Amino acid sequence: MIYDYFKVGISNLIHRKMRSWLTMVGIFIGIAAVVGLISLGQGMEEAIKNIFFQIGSDKLLVTAKTGQRFSGPPGSSAAANLTTHDMAAIKRVNGVDKVGGRLIKSAKLEFNREVRFYFVASMPDDQEGRELVTAANRYEAESGRLLKRGDRFKAVIGHDVANKGIFKTKRIELGNKIKISDVDFEAVGILKKSGNPQQDRVIIIPEDALREVLGIDEDALDVIAVQAAKGVDINQASQNIERELRRERDVEEGKEDFEIQTPQQILETLGNILTMVKIVLIGIASISLLVGGIGIANTMYTAVLERTKEIGIMKSVGAQNKDILIIFLIESGLLGLTGGAIGVGIGMGLSKLVEIAATNFLGTSLIKAFFPWYLILGALTFSFLIGAISGLLPARQAALLKPVDALRYE
Amino acid sequence: MKRSVIRLENVWKVYKMGDTHVNALQGLHLDIKEGEFLAIMGPSGSGKSTAVNMIGCLDVPTKGRIMLDQHDISRLDESELAQIRGRKIGFIFQQFNLIPTLTALENVTLPMIFQGTGEGERISRAKKLLGLVELGERIYHKPTELSGGQQQRVAIARSLANDPEVILADEPTGNLDSKTGSIVIDFLKRLHKADGKTIIMVTHDAALSRVAERVEFLKDGKIVKSLNNK
Ligand SMILES: Nc1ncnc2c1ncn2[C@@H]1O[C@H](COP(=O)(O)OP(=O)(O)OP(=O)(O)O)[C@@H](O)[C@H]1O
Ligand SMILES: [Mg+2]
Repeated sequence: MIYDYFKVGISNLIHRKMRSWLTMVGIFIGIAAVVGLISLGQGMEEAIKNIFFQIGSDKLLVTAKTGQRFSGPPGSSAAANLTTHDMAAIKRVNGVDKVGGRLIKSAKLEFNREVRFYFVASMPDDQEGRELVTAANRYEAESGRLLKRGDRFKAVIGHDVANKGIFKTKRIELGNKIKISDVDFEAVGILKKSGNPQQDRVIIIPEDALREVLGIDEDALDVIAVQAAKGVDINQASQNIERELRRERDVEEGKEDFEIQTPQQILETLGNILTMVKIVLIGIASISLLVGGIGIANTMYTAVLERTKEIGIMKSVGAQNKDILIIFLIESGLLGLTGGAIGVGIGMGLSKLVEIAATNFLGTSLIKAFFPWYLILGALTFSFLIGAISGLLPARQAALLKPVDALRYE
Repeated sequence: MKRSVIRLENVWKVYKMGDTHVNALQGLHLDIKEGEFLAIMGPSGSGKSTAVNMIGCLDVPTKGRIMLDQHDISRLDESELAQIRGRKIGFIFQQFNLIPTLTALENVTLPMIFQGTGEGERISRAKKLLGLVELGERIYHKPTELSGGQQQRVAIARSLANDPEVILADEPTGNLDSKTGSIVIDFLKRLHKADGKTIIMVTHDAALSRVAERVEFLKDGKIVKSLNNK
């Protein structure tokens, strides 16, 4: 029976005049804003989570203070370096289980006679450090293998690096040689795609080799990854490390030249920014949805007037008030749904556009359009509901018409 | 004595228009027996349509009782009245009152939708009824693509959709020429004779009223004369 009412509603919609469709503009602007907002917001959250949560909630990163957090990979800017002594000190801190130090340096790379300047990251030579870094970054080989003890001039290549992400002329295959600072390194493994752009564009070589070819001090480090012992509160561990490093590096509280990042902290900061943006956009979206709803209510009132006689006819052949009510609610719901469908389309298009613009002009892949099925389904359901709710009063008016009066109406 | 299907007892209908009151019906008595063919005649404004609307549960009296199968319908709420309209009564109007956006077939299936009849059954029954009124070739036409006489035949088919006991026709030939009008009347006669439907028809035409078994004359909202044609 409801199915039949949908058919009646659809048929009524098809016979509508152009102007009643125009009133849906508000709905589709609103829905487009909502879809675009959620899709980008979700996409961004997803990307951020990918980057930071793969580190794991029991791990934290110690870096030299750079002033700016998001200017590049950790340690990429010149600052007071961390040292292997710092790492040793951290290792001694209560609640710390494992530590692993890394160097992340910019280097001259050459492959297939194409020269690029790009980041090269080290893999610790000790077992503990290698395990921690591998786990924290979830390095997995798609082909070949990861670095192992005793490797010298071997390299593991990030997925995008291997697939023309940096060297545009040729893909990197296992066994190929890449020159890093004019020294040949053999590609022994290619990483699985992680979705995290920094990780997909990494070149990993053994720590010793990196120090040697780039002439890095023996004790310098850029990042120290720390894994807290089981059952230890990560924030507590972070405080202990901070205290120990202050002493080791001889700095006063509040003037630290190092930074400790727990994944939660980073997520929280970013989350706050996202929330602000969301609130503004939700404001815009709700205003347009309200306007859209009023537009639908208006066309539904017109429809009730235009179809008063039809309502009388339907009542004379046995339609109850509730039947008329449902038919009109479905019709206004479908009106909202149509507006919503257009809005979903526009919203998806817009956020894809923003994504493309962000990657091409800002060079960030943090902004990703994300279209989960529940977003699309939710937006459509929501727009149907807005339509139906806006049609409630007009539909009620239609339902309560007296059969004789409605029939007499011309 | 036959069972009475609908009985109007001292029915009044008063329309208030500002200060003036229009008494459309003033103590109307009418007893309609099962299977009878009744014609209602009277001058314009005498209350014929008002009376028919009462009989068809489209309107409720200001005063008096309407008994349907011995039940007082003033006790029924709007949805129960709608049920009665849908199941027991078929309407035929002077202006045909088809829904312009729907095809002939869809117009005929409409009353069945509100009774929850399944789609397959609806369509086969509607096709059969349209065949009965000799419109089998025109089932996918919209009302505007049909002549007046054809539209009224669609309306007849629609009135039969839920196989009602009573057919109410308010000047069914009022908008038709005499030739097409008589075709419509022939269908009504057949429904009465062959299917035993109770038929109540309002008409201005004395000649048409002769097909009825009984004619009631209305004036100023009251019966002023009765005539038995049997
Ligand atoms: N909704 C209404 N409001 C006010 N007066 C009404 C209304 N409906 C009917 N009337 C009045 O009630 C009286 C009876 O009207 P009704 O339509 O029943 O007459 P009728 O016999 O069907 O006339 P006709 O032959 O012209 O169709 C008329 O005087 C009419 O003006
Ligand atoms: Mg009349």
